[in-house]
Amino acid sequence: MTTAIKVENLSKAYQLGQIGTGTVSRDLERWWMTKIRGKEDPFLKIGQTNDRTVKGTSDIVWSLKDINFEIEQGTAVGIIGRNGAGKSTLLKLLSRVTAPTTGNIKLKGRAASLLEVGTGFHPELTGKENIYLNGAILGMRRKEIQRKFDEIVDFSGVERYIDTPVKRYSSGMYVRLAFAVAAHLESEILIVDEVLAVGDAEFQKKCLGKMGEVSKGEGRTVLFVSHNLAAVKTLCTHGIILENGTKGFDGDSQTAIGKYLASSLLEDEEGRIPDDFYRPYKQAICKLRSFNMMNLEGIKTNCFMLHEIMNFEIVIDSEENIDGVTIAVIINAFDGEPVVYLESLYQIDNLKLNKGLNKIVCSTSNNLLAGIYSITLNVFNKQNGVTYDYIDRAFELTTLNTSAIHQHYRWTSNQGLVYGEAKWEIK
Amino acid sequence: MNKETIESDWDLVIEGKSSLLDLKMKDVWRYRDLLWMFVKRDFVSFYKQTILGPLWFFIQPIFTTLVFTFVFGNLAGISTDGLPQQLFYLSGITSWNYFADCLTKTSTVFKDNANIFGKVYFPRLIMPLSIVTSNLVRFGVQMILFLAMMGYYYIQGANFHVTNAILLFPVLVLLMAMLGLGVGLIITALTTKYRDLSFLITFGVQLLMYGTTVIYPLSAAPAKYKFLIELNPMTGIIEAFRYAFLGKGEFTAWSLGYSTIVTLVIMFFGILIFNKTERSFVDTI
Repeated sequence: MTTAIKVENLSKAYQLGQIGTGTVSRDLERWWMTKIRGKEDPFLKIGQTNDRTVKGTSDIVWSLKDINFEIEQGTAVGIIGRNGAGKSTLLKLLSRVTAPTTGNIKLKGRAASLLEVGTGFHPELTGKENIYLNGAILGMRRKEIQRKFDEIVDFSGVERYIDTPVKRYSSGMYVRLAFAVAAHLESEILIVDEVLAVGDAEFQKKCLGKMGEVSKGEGRTVLFVSHNLAAVKTLCTHGIILENGTKGFDGDSQTAIGKYLASSLLEDEEGRIPDDFYRPYKQAICKLRSFNMMNLEGIKTNCFMLHEIMNFEIVIDSEENIDGVTIAVIINAFDGEPVVYLESLYQIDNLKLNKGLNKIVCSTSNNLLAGIYSITLNVFNKQNGVTYDYIDRAFELTTLNTSAIHQHYRWTSNQGLVYGEAKWEIK
Repeated sequence: MNKETIESDWDLVIEGKSSLLDLKMKDVWRYRDLLWMFVKRDFVSFYKQTILGPLWFFIQPIFTTLVFTFVFGNLAGISTDGLPQQLFYLSGITSWNYFADCLTKTSTVFKDNANIFGKVYFPRLIMPLSIVTSNLVRFGVQMILFLAMMGYYYIQGANFHVTNAILLFPVLVLLMAMLGLGVGLIITALTTKYRDLSFLITFGVQLLMYGTTVIYPLSAAPAKYKFLIELNPMTGIIEAFRYAFLGKGEFTAWSLGYSTIVTLVIMFFGILIFNKTERSFVDTI
């Protein structure tokens, strides 16, 4: 196997705060120190690691610090990390949008990056003209686009509108066309941001399939940056974790996801629900205070394997003793459609809340197939019809399939959302 | 030794620092298709949803010529070297407009394209080059107007003649484009950090026009200031342009040679500073 991407001591510093007044004097100072006296840049030296929760003393922050890794040709690598861990910065450096402060990246073969689909689309131009323009922006030669034109149009599914200006397109058609161009890039290395989080479900599946084809079928190297752990798991064989601008784990994607989840838990607060959430029914008398998801071992996580026990811990702050309360946990699919409805009334006839804090744990087995789901909480009273508190789709839940399922079809996405137990016999 | 052969295998090395003198022309050539796509985009989007379409290209120089004729020709009575006033002004306006358009449009290239530059890499120089090329279309259309005017005045029997210097026309156009591009590149590179310059540019170009021989011939310039006006590289170009088409103007090999050298130097530094800025301007814009 040959190395397709080699990253050595890569660092990137950013300046915080306003750039404006004082810039000239500072630039002059930097110039004086580095160029004339040959010293180290004074503004880089005092830089700190990028942890946005800690207030720093310097206005220079290292978004990435001394990153080293190598990626072999033909592997699909997922880069995961929390917000602000440096994922986007790494992407920008890899795609040459901005230059590193120190260190270097070596690439073998043509690299194309998709930080966004449809970059440079002009609303006045027709679909056809935009295919050529966007293709050229992404680095395709005219002949290449000509050769692939029919394929691109076919993939996008907007043949009928191809001679219509794209400003008349629906947003879905726009994205389809944009992705179709991107999906037909002929590069050895493909760097992809979370561009898949657009378009309708059917098209998303098509794109996931196409991406899989890209790395698996054609021996291309794919670098995929995402929050979507399920997508990383299905697409990538390899995973790299970024933590505050430094490299954490680097290894197979399954382990990477596991480590990432474990590390993200430590930082998680008590799961308190902020008051500024949109809560249309919030009543002073009884409100949701915190919500946490835990696995069997009692470790907080928002990612569960198929069949794993999920414990939802709900804390409710009540002003007085209330009778006949019902609590509902609703798990919605990514499009907001409820899939699982868990209601306390099914199991407890009369749930009583005491004055003060009440902790309620709802335990269930995960029957959802791999994907991203959201959770809605509802606290109401069936006796008098009052809704105490309602939080719509505020929590994210990621489910992963066990390796036994879909092992042979790792590039195809799920059909359906819920796992069904069945017996198969040949008679 | 083995290691060296491996090192040279890389197709692309992205580094924090790049060689200052690398103009990246190879990269630009590789993306030449993109240049044409941008030119086509500018052209098509300009026409769409306008009623008069390309006529707009004519309207501006015609009205400017009329105003100049009235103010400078009739009210102020500035000499036009014995040429018909309209013809004199139009020749100046046509060439000055091309230079000024190249300059003002390239001077905002980073700011205007921050969005697209922040998402995808292509040699940034493609964008200003496409602007200069798009403006060439506009310049071409205005040249047709100028030639038509020449035809009209020729029939009227006005006193002018085309000279051999007309063979230099492509060179003159290239010089105007390069000078506008070069200055524009320097300004756009500086404005990514210091926005102040962008305020300067709009009226700066207007003022500079009066320091160029657009509304008066060099021969009419007071001796005291003539030196300053000749220092302006656009003067040599416009004088040569006028001499080529109308046979009047102080066209010498020296003045054009001076303009050429200044243009080449500015263009070279423009590309250098532009390439240096493009690497990380996304962080500061």
